[in-house]
Amino acid sequence: MPSPQDRWLDADAGPVVRPYALTGGRTRPTGASLDLIALVTAVRGAAPGSAGLDPEHLELLRLCRLPASVADLAADLDLPLGVVRILIADLRDRSLVRIHHPVSPARRPDPRILREVADGLRRL
Amino acid sequence: MAYADSDAAAGPAIAPVAIKILIAGGFGAGKTTLVGSVTEIRPLRTEEPLSEPGARLDRLDGVERKATTTVALDFGRITITDNLVVYLFGTPGQERFWFMWDELARGALGAVVLADTRRLADCFPSVDYFEQRGMPFIVAVNCFDGARRYRGQDVRRALDLNPEVPVIMCDARRHASGRDALVALVEHALELISGQPGYAAAAPAP
Repeated sequence: MPSPQDRWLDADAGPVVRPYALTGGRTRPTGASLDLIALVTAVRGAAPGSAGLDPEHLELLRLCRLPASVADLAADLDLPLGVVRILIADLRDRSLVRIHHPVSPARRPDPRILREVADGLRRL
Repeated sequence: MAYADSDAAAGPAIAPVAIKILIAGGFGAGKTTLVGSVTEIRPLRTEEPLSEPGARLDRLDGVERKATTTVALDFGRITITDNLVVYLFGTPGQERFWFMWDELARGALGAVVLADTRRLADCFPSVDYFEQRGMPFIVAVNCFDGARRYRGQDVRRALDLNPEVPVIMCDARRHASGRDALVALVEHALELISGQPGYAAAAPAP
C-alpha cells in the first residue's frame, strides 16, 4: 500500500492538490454561490486585521478596491476559480467585501441595455 | 453608526451591468481565436472537484482516479462603458467537461456557436445544449482556409436549425468578423425578447 506521501505527491496529484492548500483543503465556499461575473468590491475603511487572513486574501482586497468580477480576480491572481471563490467567501463572511450578484440577463434582459451593448460592440 | 458612509463608499451609485456571452463549438473550431480577435484573452482555470457533479457523469475515461480535474477556459472582457461590461467565455471543448457548461451558461445572454464545415458534427452538442435550454444562440461558420465553402442555407439544413436561428459566415481571426458575430448574437437576443409575449407590459417605461 502506498504511503500517504506517495499518494498525494504523484504527478497527477501535485498541481491538483496544491491550489486547495491555500484554502486549508476546503473545496467549496461558504454561503451563496458566486457567479463568474458577480462583482466583488472591497468595503472601504474596513480594517482587515491579519488574523486568519492569508497573503492571497490581502491581495484580493487590493484587487477589488474597484468592482471586479470573480473571473477577473481569478485571472489576476492566477489561481483556480474554485480557490478564489473560497477566498472571496472568506472575505464576505468577515464583511470585508460586498458582492453584487448579476441580474440574470437570460431571464429578462432590458432591451435598452442590449441596444447599448450592440452599439458598443459595433464601435470596437 | 457609519451606515450611510459605508454605503457611499461602496462604489459607483449605479451598479455596473455585466453581460455574459459564451463562445462554443467543437474542439479546434476557433473559439480561442475568436475571443482573441475581439479582446485580450486572459487565462482562467478551475480545479473542479469531481465529487457531486462529476459523479453523475458517465464518461470519466482517464480521469476516474483523480479527485479533481483542471479545466482551462478562455476569458475576455470588453468594456462598453464604465458601467457596462461584456464578458466572453470560451466553453471547454472536451465533452468530459460538460459539467462546466451549466456554470458558464447560468445567466448568460447567449452563445456564438462556431462551426467548422470540415467537422460540422462537432458543433452538434453545443447546438443541442443551447436549444434545450432555450438560450439565444447564433451559428458562426468559421471559414477556414482550404475548407470548402458552404452556403449558410446548407449549414442550417445540416444542423437542422430552427428558422429563426441566424447563421453567419465568419473568419474568427479577423477582428471585424469576430465583432460582427457578437453583434449578431446581441441583436438576435433583442429580437427574441421583443417577440416575447408579455414583455412590453413588464418592461419599465422608457
